[in-house]
Amino acid sequence: MSPRFTGSKTYVATDDLRLSVNAAITLGRPLLIKGEPGTGKTRLAEEVARGLGMPLLEWHIKSTTKAQQGLYEYDAVSRLRDSQLGDPKVHDIANYIVPGMLWQAFESDTPVVLLIDEIDKADIEFPNDLLRELDRMEFYVYETRQLIRAKQRPLVFITSNNEKDLPDAFLRRCFFHYIRFPDKETMEQIVEVHYPGIKKALLREALEAFFAVREVPGLKKKPSTSELLDWLKLLLAEDIPPEALRTDDRKSIIPPLHGALLKNEQDVHLFERLVFMSRRS
Amino acid sequence: MLSQFFFTLREHQVPVTIPEYLTLLEALKGDVIGPNIDEFYLLARSALVKDETHFDKFDRAFAAFYRGVEAATGPSHEIPLEWLRKQAELNLSAEEKALIESLGGWDELMKRFRERLEEQKERHEGGKKWIGTAGKSPFGAYGFNPEGIRIGQQESRNRSAVKVWDAREFRNLDGDVQLGTRNLKVALRRLRRFAREGAASELDLDSTIDHTARNAGLLDLQLRPERHNAVKVLLLLDIGGSMDEHSRLCSELFSAARAEFRHLEFFYFHNCVYDHVWNDNRRRHGARTATWDLMHRFNADYRLIFVGDATMSPFEILRPGGSLEYMNEDAGADWLQRLTDVYQRSIWLNPTPEENWGYHYTIGVIRDLMGGRMFPLTLDGLERGMRALARKGPLL
Ligand SMILES: Nc1ncnc2c1ncn2[C@@H]1O[C@H](COP(=O)(O)OP(=O)(O)O)[C@@H](O)[C@H]1O
Ligand SMILES: [Mg+2]
Repeated sequence: MSPRFTGSKTYVATDDLRLSVNAAITLGRPLLIKGEPGTGKTRLAEEVARGLGMPLLEWHIKSTTKAQQGLYEYDAVSRLRDSQLGDPKVHDIANYIVPGMLWQAFESDTPVVLLIDEIDKADIEFPNDLLRELDRMEFYVYETRQLIRAKQRPLVFITSNNEKDLPDAFLRRCFFHYIRFPDKETMEQIVEVHYPGIKKALLREALEAFFAVREVPGLKKKPSTSELLDWLKLLLAEDIPPEALRTDDRKSIIPPLHGALLKNEQDVHLFERLVFMSRRS
Repeated sequence: MLSQFFFTLREHQVPVTIPEYLTLLEALKGDVIGPNIDEFYLLARSALVKDETHFDKFDRAFAAFYRGVEAATGPSHEIPLEWLRKQAELNLSAEEKALIESLGGWDELMKRFRERLEEQKERHEGGKKWIGTAGKSPFGAYGFNPEGIRIGQQESRNRSAVKVWDAREFRNLDGDVQLGTRNLKVALRRLRRFAREGAASELDLDSTIDHTARNAGLLDLQLRPERHNAVKVLLLLDIGGSMDEHSRLCSELFSAARAEFRHLEFFYFHNCVYDHVWNDNRRRHGARTATWDLMHRFNADYRLIFVGDATMSPFEILRPGGSLEYMNEDAGADWLQRLTDVYQRSIWLNPTPEENWGYHYTIGVIRDLMGGRMFPLTLDGLERGMRALARKGPLL
């Protein structure tokens, strides 16, 4: 029986998310997680690692990241330098092979959680270049004629912000979960996890205001969970009373400290203009 | 019964594949879910659907499937998990695996199977006869089917199943491939010319050896910039009224080109190019650039790509003053000539399906003016176009 993820005190996992995680764990397949920024994709891997007591290896992908870097890199420059200095190390090429995240995950004696974060940032061929390694859980180091094979199948979590489509061959091998933007109830739970004991009245008003802002048409970036949490932190620090957030007509109020919710200047202007207009009418 | 689920999904255009279906079966055998239809729904979705834009189709398919389950087991929110598990039996023996290999291997089998599915999609009614039924199709023969026939024991049946596949003509499904930005990008990639530019970050081994030798053997590291696709592209897009119906396709092409080419310049025109083009696609209000300036600003290194349906009145191409919008001194044909003289590597991509080109006189005219370098805006057309852009002069 494989270990199970049941959520944690610091992370709210909905039933469907838990099920996808456990399916991926049981079958030893990668889990691909998509969703708006701030929906807890990155956090999920951390929480699963913590929940199952496994070490977490994080590989954050950039536009310049190459698949090979996840396996290993050969540091020829250092070797060349050492040879000039007459360092005896130079005779063994293995001293200059630098293991990447996948290698580290494969080598680990205990199973680890491997997070490949924001895979869609990389070149469109990147996921394909990792297919074989993730499938077979092994790869070959040509320089040292070494086969690196996973001692334990790592749990692979892959996140994507949907900037680019991922290749079908890659998708076929993953379980997939799309984290929907939390509804009010789930959001309440998430907030409680971060600010235990927060006053119900404040929470209710803040969520009303937050979801109203999200509904403003034409925003470039809707505020996400992270922004809500930041905003609440400010509200709590400044001891803003719930009344300050409440109006009969939600449209005609600018919530205090709204700069924490809308980080884009154009969005702030748009929002203020809309509120101003609805006040006049 | 469960294999019926797979077909229901396909019928609802959910793009599930056999390996994913096998994953679902495997998960059913493992202890991932309890005997609960809601959990089965979630598990199936997670295993089979990899794009949230298909979730809705999946839901509709699931509803249809569930009506069938209810009919078989009576209305209940609990599905007998044992029953489901039985559906998932898929134990191939070593001989069976060998047999699969002898038939061309798993991939080949899957390929044929996929083709069969496509055909079934087209011939909905008759389709079940040759895929869904136990044992009568290769699908059944491989034990995907609940009552699946074990291969090694039923040789005659098995062989007849193979004949069924062989009797079918292989269809080239490529034409059906959805364009989508990913496919577009892959096609655009054919147009690559690598050059080193930007920050020096890569070791230049030859040059390092050279410098080190000159330096009396003392290491003198030489770095150089990484290789990038340095091809330069000038994109001219038709935004005349008749292009509206192609707007989604064109914007996909546009976003793919933007992602793929670091040096991309784009302008807009209406039906045909005259003495100026527009800088942004809100044509009437935006700034304009004189076509002469365009040709001076962007040198002959640029590859020129027109995107347009080339569908207009012949006057708009052939006569001075033929434009619908203003009095053009020179005919559109003259401008096309000037542009293709400067940009020897140029093509015209046409979103109109190629089989309809014959119905529009002006498509032929423009195609001739382009020296035959007009291609449909499909994957295949794009690939041909990219090949044509790699060399100068008219097509033979
Ligand atoms: N379900 C959740 N439970 C607890 N905290 C959450 C949840 N979803 C998001 N958060 C919080 O929101 C913030 C953003 O999460 P993150 O994982 O970085 O999002 P993503 O990777 O999807 O952009 C984090 O501070 C995280 O704690
Ligand atoms: Mg993240």
